[in-house]
Amino acid sequence: MSDKRDFLKAAGSLALLPVIAQAVTRFSGPEIHDGRYFSNAILQTHEGKSVRFYDDVLKGKLVVINMMYSTCTGTCPANTANMKSVQDALGDRVGRDIFMVSLSLRPAFDAPADLAAYVKKYGIGPGWTFLTGKPAEMEVIRRRLGFYDIDPVVDADLSRHTGMARIGKVAADRWCMVPTLSSTRQIVSTILGAA
Amino acid sequence: MSEHSLSERGAARRQMLISSAATAGGMAVGTIAGNASAASGSSNTWTPTPVASPSTPPFMMPLPTYLPKQPVSALNPPSSMAPVAGTAECGRPPHQHWADFEPKKFYELVVKEADHEFHPNLPKQTIWGYDGILPGPTFEARYGEPIMVRIHNQLPANHVGYGTPEISTHLHNLHCGSESDGFTGDYYSTTKFGPTMTGPGEYKDHLYSNCKAGYDNSPTTDGDPTEALGTLWYHDHRIDFTAQNVYKGLTGFYLIFDEIDSGNEIDPNPNALRLPSGIGKYDIPLVFQDKSFDSSGYMVFDQFNTDGLLGDKFCVNGKIQPYFKVEPRKYRFRLLDGGPSRFYEFYLTYNGVDQDFTYLANDGNLLPAPLTMKKVRLAVAERADIVIDFSKYPPGTSLFLVNKLEQLNGRGPSGNILNPGTQLLRFDIGSSISGGIDRSQVPAKLRDLPMINLREVVTTRVWEFTRSPGGWSVNDKLFDVSVASATPKQGTAEIWVLCVRGDWTHPIHIHFEEGRILTRNGVAPPPHERGRKDVYSVGNNEELRIFLRFRDYVGKYMMHCHNLVHEDHAMMIRWDIVK
Repeated sequence: MSDKRDFLKAAGSLALLPVIAQAVTRFSGPEIHDGRYFSNAILQTHEGKSVRFYDDVLKGKLVVINMMYSTCTGTCPANTANMKSVQDALGDRVGRDIFMVSLSLRPAFDAPADLAAYVKKYGIGPGWTFLTGKPAEMEVIRRRLGFYDIDPVVDADLSRHTGMARIGKVAADRWCMVPTLSSTRQIVSTILGAA
Repeated sequence: MSEHSLSERGAARRQMLISSAATAGGMAVGTIAGNASAASGSSNTWTPTPVASPSTPPFMMPLPTYLPKQPVSALNPPSSMAPVAGTAECGRPPHQHWADFEPKKFYELVVKEADHEFHPNLPKQTIWGYDGILPGPTFEARYGEPIMVRIHNQLPANHVGYGTPEISTHLHNLHCGSESDGFTGDYYSTTKFGPTMTGPGEYKDHLYSNCKAGYDNSPTTDGDPTEALGTLWYHDHRIDFTAQNVYKGLTGFYLIFDEIDSGNEIDPNPNALRLPSGIGKYDIPLVFQDKSFDSSGYMVFDQFNTDGLLGDKFCVNGKIQPYFKVEPRKYRFRLLDGGPSRFYEFYLTYNGVDQDFTYLANDGNLLPAPLTMKKVRLAVAERADIVIDFSKYPPGTSLFLVNKLEQLNGRGPSGNILNPGTQLLRFDIGSSISGGIDRSQVPAKLRDLPMINLREVVTTRVWEFTRSPGGWSVNDKLFDVSVASATPKQGTAEIWVLCVRGDWTHPIHIHFEEGRILTRNGVAPPPHERGRKDVYSVGNNEELRIFLRFRDYVGKYMMHCHNLVHEDHAMMIRWDIVK
């Protein structure tokens, strides 16, 4: 079971439906992908704060988003270490005009405290927020960000989860991706090129 | 998008987003159900829900055809080997071979927003176009006549939505210096510049030397005459955003002529082929691009799709399913799959029956002899030059160019041939020929192929294209725009082996010189692939051995998947020619 997404059961329930209904019926306002697309689900940060995904995490920001889970022994450690070097290379811009975000792939198991321990273990500085939340809502966000594989078998296999970072200049509604294991220089160049 | 167009489109955009939210909502339900089923062993698969575009009855608009773009008398400030301080040119390396190719002919090309109409049922809307048109203007070039094209970037820096307002224009597949090749990291705008550039700028000068490969060995003939290219196209190549920028409209044709393929069907020169000629008249470039439109009729692009985008509307030269009034004579058509991701298999039908046509050139390169074919398959960026003789059909009747190839997702075609398929372009045959008689011809001999001398081969490189988690890798390495994955030596030849592992078909494009397929899966390729090529369609577990030479220039070039979505997700390598 550890190889399979543990949120599937939760996600398959009706819990998701209110999110979707809300997305459709409340749609109005600025003409970009916003909370109606990404959802405005209330998530928990590794610091234990509640945040709305679009309004608080994305809106108006340059964001660099990847996916992880705290007990991953596959690609996450290398991904995280590499993104840490990206954070270091970007210096004090992270938290000022560039915001790094990691979303848990196993939100049912990743409590804020687990994410906080992860942040501490990797020596991750401010401006990089780890998020967990209700599995069904995290699943919607994962899909909307394009962190899925076209092959459902691969997609359901947690050991082959995405190794991409999604980069968004949210105010311009412009998005691209870069592999998180790319060279630091390449990732920084992609982020600054999207800024 | 300008403020102006934002306000114009506001109401319509809101409507569109409502509809796409509804679609996405439906998608999410499918997602979860599909995944849950997959996890429990069901074969139920989740697939992205396509957006259904509004109804657009076919054959309501004429096919756009252009006369060649006209040069300007001079550039101001003048072009120079290296950028001059104080001008608005971006920071680029100096032009190679400047003494040989200092141009006497100049063009200005302006990349900008403009209004475009895809179909009468859809609203006029903002696109990005070279000179503001889709497709961009057609260049008519001649071997032995270098030109300088000053490409201005006038895209709005404050643009909102898909597409990024920096450009790097690749001329696919001109034999030219890397500084004019439109390398993916060579993007520029007045405020930004790419990782392989040295400064921003409003324009960049591209020196299109219009020499054939082998120039250094035979400069008096402008290179090896058997290496001449004919049908080229230019498009944006800005790293990470190529699909978005090309989808917004940054595509155009560049045709080169020489003594043999002279562009004159009444050429008295006995060496001239006298193929159907006259750009925009009897020599017609056709770019095929599939697109999606929202419920208000505005073009949409899914920035969160990483597999490949398929549209449900088929544009030919920027119009959805146009018609073309033809004379009862021969025409040369230059077919280009302009992407972003779809493969086509074209058929010519008359009363529902597939017709023969004459196939002249693969990837713009004339074959030694024409072939008679009933179908031609193209992957993104592949070209096919064909001749259709409309004098064989009664005046007043119509033929159709039809795509019969099924494709359901970004993986590549399913292989199923659909009948009747989708009619993309209707030819309406008129009753008279404007010049009186058709003096064009398709001779039995076209252009000789260069010799393949395997003794020149100094190395064989194997390139394996595979999935990385959520993206792509080549030989298990991720793309780095600053690092060359291969450094072939100028003047040598190599064999590159292209392999795909995984259930995908990738059109692999190698910049710079045209290559030759030695074997496809261990055997000779089909006849139409035996000429020179620059895009190689490689399916799951296929293996192509390509003979490549690296002559006349040095610098950075690329090899990448030409599914534009894949190349934007790291399916690319840089390689450099070194001295």
